[in-house]
Amino acid sequence: MTNVLELRGITKRFPGVIANENVDVTLREGKILALLGENGAGKTTLMNILYGLYKPDEGHIAVRGKQVEIHGPNDAIAQGIGMVHQHFMLVPVMTVTENVMLGIEPTKNGIILDKEKVAQRIREISDQYGLEVDPHAYIKDLPVGIQQRVEIIKVLYRQADILILDEPTAVLTPQEVEGLFKIIDTLIKSGKSIIFITHKLKEVLAVADDITVLRLGKVVGSIDPKEATSQKLASMMVGRDVSLVVEKGKAKPGEPVLVVDGLAVRDERQNLTVRGVSFEVRKGEVLGVAGVQGNGQTELVYALTGLLPIEGGTIRLLNEPIRHTSPREILERGVAHIPEDRQRHGLILTFPIHDNMMLCTYYKNPFARGITLQEKPIFNNAEELVKQFDVRTPNIYVNAGTLSGGNQQKVIVAREFSRPIELLIASQPTRGLDVGSIEYIHKQIIKKRDEGSGVLVVSSELDEILALSDRIAVMYKGQIMDIVDANKTSKEQLGLLMAGVHPTDAKNTK
Amino acid sequence: MSETATPSQTKTGNRSSLAQELLVPVLAVVTGLIIGAIVIVASGANVFDAYGALFTGSFGSPIRLIEGLQVYFSTGETKELLRAIYPFTESLVTATPYIFAGLSVALGFRAGLFNIGAEGQFFIGALCSAFVGYSVKGLPMIIHLPLAILAGALGGALWGMIPGYLKAKFGAHEVVNTIMMNWIAFRLSDWLLNGPMKASGFRPVTPNVLPTAELPRFFDDPLRFNLGFFLALLVAYLVYWFLFKTTTGFEIRSVGANPDAAKYAGMSIVKNLVLVMALAGGLAGMAGSAQVLGVDHWVGQGFSAGYGFDAIALALLGKSHPFGVVLSALLFGFLRSGATNMQSRAGIPIDIISIIQGLVIVFIAAPAIIRWFYRIRSIKTEETVLTRGWGK
Repeated sequence: MTNVLELRGITKRFPGVIANENVDVTLREGKILALLGENGAGKTTLMNILYGLYKPDEGHIAVRGKQVEIHGPNDAIAQGIGMVHQHFMLVPVMTVTENVMLGIEPTKNGIILDKEKVAQRIREISDQYGLEVDPHAYIKDLPVGIQQRVEIIKVLYRQADILILDEPTAVLTPQEVEGLFKIIDTLIKSGKSIIFITHKLKEVLAVADDITVLRLGKVVGSIDPKEATSQKLASMMVGRDVSLVVEKGKAKPGEPVLVVDGLAVRDERQNLTVRGVSFEVRKGEVLGVAGVQGNGQTELVYALTGLLPIEGGTIRLLNEPIRHTSPREILERGVAHIPEDRQRHGLILTFPIHDNMMLCTYYKNPFARGITLQEKPIFNNAEELVKQFDVRTPNIYVNAGTLSGGNQQKVIVAREFSRPIELLIASQPTRGLDVGSIEYIHKQIIKKRDEGSGVLVVSSELDEILALSDRIAVMYKGQIMDIVDANKTSKEQLGLLMAGVHPTDAKNTK
Repeated sequence: MSETATPSQTKTGNRSSLAQELLVPVLAVVTGLIIGAIVIVASGANVFDAYGALFTGSFGSPIRLIEGLQVYFSTGETKELLRAIYPFTESLVTATPYIFAGLSVALGFRAGLFNIGAEGQFFIGALCSAFVGYSVKGLPMIIHLPLAILAGALGGALWGMIPGYLKAKFGAHEVVNTIMMNWIAFRLSDWLLNGPMKASGFRPVTPNVLPTAELPRFFDDPLRFNLGFFLALLVAYLVYWFLFKTTTGFEIRSVGANPDAAKYAGMSIVKNLVLVMALAGGLAGMAGSAQVLGVDHWVGQGFSAGYGFDAIALALLGKSHPFGVVLSALLFGFLRSGATNMQSRAGIPIDIISIIQGLVIVFIAAPAIIRWFYRIRSIKTEETVLTRGWGK
């Protein structure tokens, strides 16, 4: 068996930071190499070097035993290396065919675009690998999972046989992940080799042939998946033992904090996405809202936090109704909100950390006196929270956008937990985060529960829902299928509910 | 407009990052002048004559200054000295409306709004100040002058607030509406100057403002250098203080940098958009006030010479920071007033200055050109590094 790709002694320094230090990576032909590491471990830098976007300071790259120089994506493609980026590089208003041909447009007679030829080739590729993509569909109409397949087609169309998949599952639903794994399997069977970049342990164990773990820019070790366990991989990634299970005692539910009855909400496009939802959250308990992304969870949270108006039904927070209530008023009644999209709602990336740490309370004592901002309390507050919540940053004056995803999330958590709260609404609280940060944020959420706050956790990750919740509400098409006791349910049961099938119905139809 | 939004405004502003901030604008200006020189040579003129005239036209001639000082110390006669500092003070006079109008556009940028309406707001401000200046009689200067300035500010504020309100309430784009408001202002001023506000005589101009409404001048004629310049500096400081040291300023910057996060944090987008457009309009209105009360003392057709449009360029050049705006307004003032001299002395058309200004703006808008040309490492890479490599 030959090695199709070898990276030897790759070192890349940025001013003040060594992003990669003497990294060796080997990809065997027809195999899947999982490149595992926390955010900021240097995975992306390494792949950008391989793709010619960065020039390494030291080390070399060999493709099929031959040393090569890669100066840009075109060189990489010429060597048969193709990359599927985490954030898709597609033009939404163009068709699949147009997107695939971008950059290498074949023509008839030298002038007229030969779209049909490309479409034909896409159909062939699609059939060969079971991708099921319509060449004439517009990107904007396609679900995320299919868009990713278009990216894969782009790479295959350029005749790559080494595929780099950068965090391919980060944006996918559990079902779409299954689909992706099938595609990966087909690709391997037809002789392609794949580098799979991820920080999700279970995926690695499910698909990889080889595992290489990076930490702080260095290779920590390579390991055979047969000998690996989640626990072992996690401690390699983080550099210490991590607990993958959230340790929590029994909930001691008290009074209801939040009572929602028959709630209906329209989204920004005026579609009715929440259709009559009722539930309550009590003090000292975690209610998890499970469901595939896009079943109304987002709008539910927006309505609860005042970001979207209420179409019908009632919300009562501590026995006071919420209706036409501004986000500020809701906030002041003791609601903390960890928003689903931290870069859109949670942070102002171009503002320094200390400003983000008081984003919701800037107008209050001690941050403001009259109309003037008080620098000293603002800085002190940030210093203290950074220390308390272990935000890894050079100082509190750098912009929030310079932090890694995990640390950005910690800034939000720190800010939201730093004021007295009655109800915590955490939406996808650990999406895209690494194991260390997930562990930390889960602990903090449970801590809030034990301090007597009501907690509403919305997540499309079943593992997260199961780890945190005392009770679980499953949303499907804007309604709650059922609310179940977290201790008396199984993944299978939840999976059925998420797909819109009520287990009792399922039994009946059998 | 996200690019214009905020370098970190804090203690990080240590020397090296301040130098970083200034590096590109300074190099942009230098490069603009160099390319301008090439254009001058290509047109067959002498660069040294041209830029010499530009320099003496904007700063004054050093020889004359020394002579003037000699005359002053030997005889006590100030005439020569005043003649020597005349070009310098004229540059400051030209810079004054630039500062106000630049602050107006910069404030808009900070809130994510593109105020193209500074020109119209300038006209309305000038007309309102002129009206109070000539029609209100019998007040002492200490009341009349502030009143006239206030009238200009309020007029401009109203002119800015209308598109602000339309944007906040109906989502109408402020670029379109401020342009429309410009046309309304131009035609309105034509009508006023030919009708209700016309002074007796043939020309369509307003009467002169009363001496009690004039911004006091520091020297005798022909030096027009007046209090307006220092008023502009004071206002620039106030805008800085407002933006960076007050809660409302924080809201405005938040709304500009990330409206979704601002809404999430409980800030009112509507309130802030209307407020910013009113304040921006007020600043542009004050540019008009300063020009009419400090320099011309009356308003005529084509009164502005495009201050409101140049303001967009200099807000960009000043990176939407009040102090940056002051610096770029001074630069524009010196270029503009030097250009007149360059035209009369060296026979170089005044338009060359527009070419240089245009080049500077291109370089500011596309800093990659300057970075590439001078091989400056982008600050951006450092940011990317931090996102990728924490934990050290």
